[in-house]
Amino acid sequence: MRVYLKFDFNTLCKRVLREQLDILGIDYTIHGVGEIEFSRQPTLIEEQKMTGILGNYGIEVMDDQQVALVQRIKDTISEWIHDEENPKRINFSTYLSEKLDYTYTYLSSIFSETTYSSIENFVILKKIDVAKSLISQNNSTLTEIAFKLNYSSVAHLSAQFKKTTGLTPSTFLKIIQKRKEKSLTQE
Amino acid sequence: MNIALADDDEDDRMLFKEAIEEIKIKTNLSLFNNGQELMEYLTLPKVELPQIIFLDLNMPIKNGMQCLHEIRKNPYLKELMVAIYSTSSSEADIEETFINGANIYINKPNSFGGLKNSIDKVLQLNWQYHTSALNRDNFLLRI
Repeated sequence: MRVYLKFDFNTLCKRVLREQLDILGIDYTIHGVGEIEFSRQPTLIEEQKMTGILGNYGIEVMDDQQVALVQRIKDTISEWIHDEENPKRINFSTYLSEKLDYTYTYLSSIFSETTYSSIENFVILKKIDVAKSLISQNNSTLTEIAFKLNYSSVAHLSAQFKKTTGLTPSTFLKIIQKRKEKSLTQE
Repeated sequence: MNIALADDDEDDRMLFKEAIEEIKIKTNLSLFNNGQELMEYLTLPKVELPQIIFLDLNMPIKNGMQCLHEIRKNPYLKELMVAIYSTSSSEADIEETFINGANIYINKPNSFGGLKNSIDKVLQLNWQYHTSALNRDNFLLRI
């Protein structure tokens, strides 16, 4: 039997963070996505300990502020795409700049400098990534996926999918299914 | 970013090297004359693995498809990003490489500008896959 899971990344991450940060024993506040504020400066040993215990969960403590900001931009994008309750009618650039409290121009230039790519490109990449997961689970129609990801039409989704991956959604699905069959026969 | 290229054609290797030097992302390129050399390198103890491998399909001694099979079967190598780099544009070939685990399929472009653009696109995307929470299992790209 196969069971399909859907993760709420926000809850998951906060839960892990709380559990691990409690071990340190310093008072802290979690500021939304990817930012923690401590009530006092942690000692060097405490910092090392934190890097270690969070590292076990694949959480990296970042020292460079620009890199950290880029990560927060990416996290906010993912959160926005995954959250179906979010009012997608509002402009994404407005949402991002309100959420992170910087102007969009500033965020946009930091992002391009650090990642060799633009925020707009990353949003498309992330949306197509979600579309790929949904397509490969093969239990929603393209119309449903287009609606979920806020595309104006199936044609728009298909065109962006083709532009980003070089493949049509149906070819993509065919390849993924054949890969699965192949790995099943090999096991 | 560490990159490996296996191609038996000397001119193609040279062009690839020139193209990659002209793009923005800083790279460290290792070149191999055929699949055998590449696989020997990848399986050296304590080798620093490349973030992406470009594989020519048609090579003597060990071809690209054989390398792809070996990489996907090896527990230490199977997570590597593999880009197939070939002159063939047959749909069947392309599908076959994807099913066998390739992430990227590039038709060898016939101009230097085209080659540069393709490499640039691949490396940008590969960079995102290394630095963001994107699902690697679904990383397929055809250029």
